[in-house]
Amino acid sequence: MFRRLSIFLLLLLLATPAFATEHLRLATTTSTDNSGLLAYLLPPFEKANDCKVDVIAVGTGKALKLGETGDVDVVLVHARSKEDKFVAAGFGVGRRDVMYNDFVILGPDSDPAKIKGTSDPVAAVRKIASSKSTFVSRGDDSGTNTREKQLWKAAGITPAGSWYLDAGLGMGQVIIMAGERQGYTLSDRGTYLAFKEKTPLHIVVEGNKRLFNPYGVIMVNPKRHPAVKVKLAQKFIDFLTSAEGKALITGYHRSGEQLFYVQ
Amino acid sequence: MGYLADSFITAVGLIFSFDREVQLTVWTSLYTSSCSILFAALVGIPAGLWLGIDRFRGRRLIITLLNTLMALPTVVVGLVLFGVFSRQGPLGSLGLLFTPWAMIAGQTVLATPIVANYVLAAVNGSDPRIMGTVITLGASRFQAANQLLKEIRFGVMAAVIAGFGRVIAEVGVAMMLGGNIRGVTRTMTTAIALETSKGEFAFGLSLGIVLLSVALVVNLFLNLLQQR
Repeated sequence: MFRRLSIFLLLLLLATPAFATEHLRLATTTSTDNSGLLAYLLPPFEKANDCKVDVIAVGTGKALKLGETGDVDVVLVHARSKEDKFVAAGFGVGRRDVMYNDFVILGPDSDPAKIKGTSDPVAAVRKIASSKSTFVSRGDDSGTNTREKQLWKAAGITPAGSWYLDAGLGMGQVIIMAGERQGYTLSDRGTYLAFKEKTPLHIVVEGNKRLFNPYGVIMVNPKRHPAVKVKLAQKFIDFLTSAEGKALITGYHRSGEQLFYVQ
Repeated sequence: MGYLADSFITAVGLIFSFDREVQLTVWTSLYTSSCSILFAALVGIPAGLWLGIDRFRGRRLIITLLNTLMALPTVVVGLVLFGVFSRQGPLGSLGLLFTPWAMIAGQTVLATPIVANYVLAAVNGSDPRIMGTVITLGASRFQAANQLLKEIRFGVMAAVIAGFGRVIAEVGVAMMLGGNIRGVTRTMTTAIALETSKGEFAFGLSLGIVLLSVALVVNLFLNLLQQR
């Protein structure tokens, strides 16, 4: 019995996939992955370069941390202030703009804070706080969370109390949660469009320069971490910013709407 | 109710569609769990036998420690090994983080105490005269232990099944050390977590049903082995 079992297990061990092709490790935000952009954008690159891009989808904060420790080769994130710090500290090199979309404030039909149609997001969060309407925060140091904190700061408010829910979840889960609790939340437009059918929330505030959301790609500094696959990482960055990459990004639609724009 | 029922129907449909990605996910779950239970058995079975047979100072302490380790939270294992395997950690130069090998290492840590404890229990529950009798008949200590192992084979099998159940169902180690990479380290459980986070309830549920079916098939297979 034992011999039979161990033979079976050994066979299993031998049958584990061989890792022949080169792997590029990309730490990115949940928004690029949850929106389906990467699943659409990566296969042409992988095919042309005979490689596999391993996507580790976390918040911007965690993605940059993985770059700092050298556990990934490239980061694709959206929090300009943090990206600049990352490069200035010597953790990353050659930051390039890739694309942009915008943040939107989502809210329920009942609109308890009466902010529908407000164009200034700072005024909107002030109203949410003063009416103590439920607000769900990512609370995970992601790019969206960083922008949300900037809005509260601009409004001169430290959000606290039972109306402010610090969830610690990805964007999609937070949209679902805010929908269930009939509250407000800040989301990137791409993830919202991907979740439109699954949530009762609507866009209540949009179209303000404070909600502009640019994405940047940065190679992890190979001088710090010699394991970084410089050549492949550079090819990937070049691909994202090439005419071909730009055409793919511009061509990506969800529910008939374009999710990301290139400069 | 309609929501749940619809999800269930979609789930059954998905199972029979033989989707390539689902297959890959099932396969990743199966081989990481199988590899880790193999390593756990290689360490855990001798450890359990040793603790069951030998009497020495500190034995009770080791057994208490082993019992504590059985309750080891998977995220703690994930966290500690993340530090070990990260490029900045002691084993960072191996580049193991976010590969199946990191997951296998973490799951082995989870399964070993379970296997050892179950084997220990089986030894304690066996006829205490076996070892003595076999040694009286001229067997060496190693041969006697081997004979004991044959006597308690059902208990050992239960140990392997319990350990396998723990690792195939866990999500903390797979998520933290594997990174949930599509086609590489995405297992059934991390895929369920991801689909739920994407709001794809039906797809998550269908993966849950696949996971249960896989567990059932594996147990049927082990059961078949037991009856031989």
